[in-house]
Amino acid sequence: MVEWTDFERATIQDIFSKMDYESVGHNALARCLVVYPWTQRYFGKFGNLYNAAAIMGNPLVAAHGTTVLHGLDKALKNMDNIKAAYAELSVLHSEKLHVDPDNFRLLGDCLTIVVAAKLGSGFTADVQAAFQKFLAVVISALTKQYH
Amino acid sequence: MSLTAKNKDTIKSFWAKVAPRAEDIGTDALSRMLVVYPQTKTYFSHWKDLSPGSAPVRKHGKTVMSGVAEAVSKIDDLTAGLLTLSELHAFQLRVDPANFKILSHNLLVVLAIQFPNDFTPEVHVAMDKFLSAVVLALSEKYR
Repeated sequence: MVEWTDFERATIQDIFSKMDYESVGHNALARCLVVYPWTQRYFGKFGNLYNAAAIMGNPLVAAHGTTVLHGLDKALKNMDNIKAAYAELSVLHSEKLHVDPDNFRLLGDCLTIVVAAKLGSGFTADVQAAFQKFLAVVISALTKQYH
Repeated sequence: MSLTAKNKDTIKSFWAKVAPRAEDIGTDALSRMLVVYPQTKTYFSHWKDLSPGSAPVRKHGKTVMSGVAEAVSKIDDLTAGLLTLSELHAFQLRVDPANFKILSHNLLVVLAIQFPNDFTPEVHVAMDKFLSAVVLALSEKYR
C-alpha cells in the first residue's frame, strides 16, 4: 500500500479542488497529441488532427481531455487503495482500448507541464514531487491488469 | 526523430527569450531534480548544501545552462559540437545517461512555469526533440 504524508494528501486535494477540468484536461490531451504524435493512433475517430492548431481546436479532443482528467477523481477519493479503485479501468484500457501503458506516462508528463504552467511559482519542487508521485501511483494501478 | 529546419528556428527564437533568465532556470531545474528524483543527489555528495537554490546548486545550474546554450549554437551538428562535453560526462563524471532525461523533464517543467504563454505545444515538442538530441550527443562517448 502507498504511504502518503500529510503534505502529499493536502497538496493533491488542494490542486484538484481548484482544478479547471475543462481547460487543463483539454490542454493536457492536446499537448500530448502534439508533442508525442504517435499517441494519435488511438484517436482515429476524432477527425482533423493534422497539425497543432487543428488538434488544439478539435472539440472531440477537448471533451475527451476533460473525461480523462475526471478519471483521476477516482484516485482522489480512494487515496489508500488506488490499485483496487482502478482495476476496472485497467481492464478497459488493456482489453478493450488496447492502449500501450507507456502512453499513460506521456500523458502524465504533459499534465504535469500544464498544471505547472497554471500554478506558476506555486508549483514548488515539493508540490511537483507530490503531484508526480500521485500520477505514478495512478499509472501503476492502470497498468496492473495488463497481461 | 531529427530536428527539422522549422524545429531549429523555433528553438533559436525561444532560446533568445530563455537566455536572459538562464541562470534562474538552470537553478530551478536542478533544484527540482534533486527534490523530485532524490536518487540524483548521489552525484553531488561532495556539495555542502543540496537544498533548492543553494549556492552550489545555483553555480551548477549556470554551468549546465551554458552547456545547453552551447548546444543551441551548435544545433546543426550536435555530435561534433558536444564532443568534449560527452568525453567529460563519459570518462570523468560517469553520470548514468538515464539522468539526462530526468533533468530534461525538469527543464521543461521550469520553462512551462517561466513562459506560460510562449511555451506552446509547438515550442514544447521542438524543445523536447532538441533536448533528446542533446542527450544523444552527450551520451556519444559512453561506449
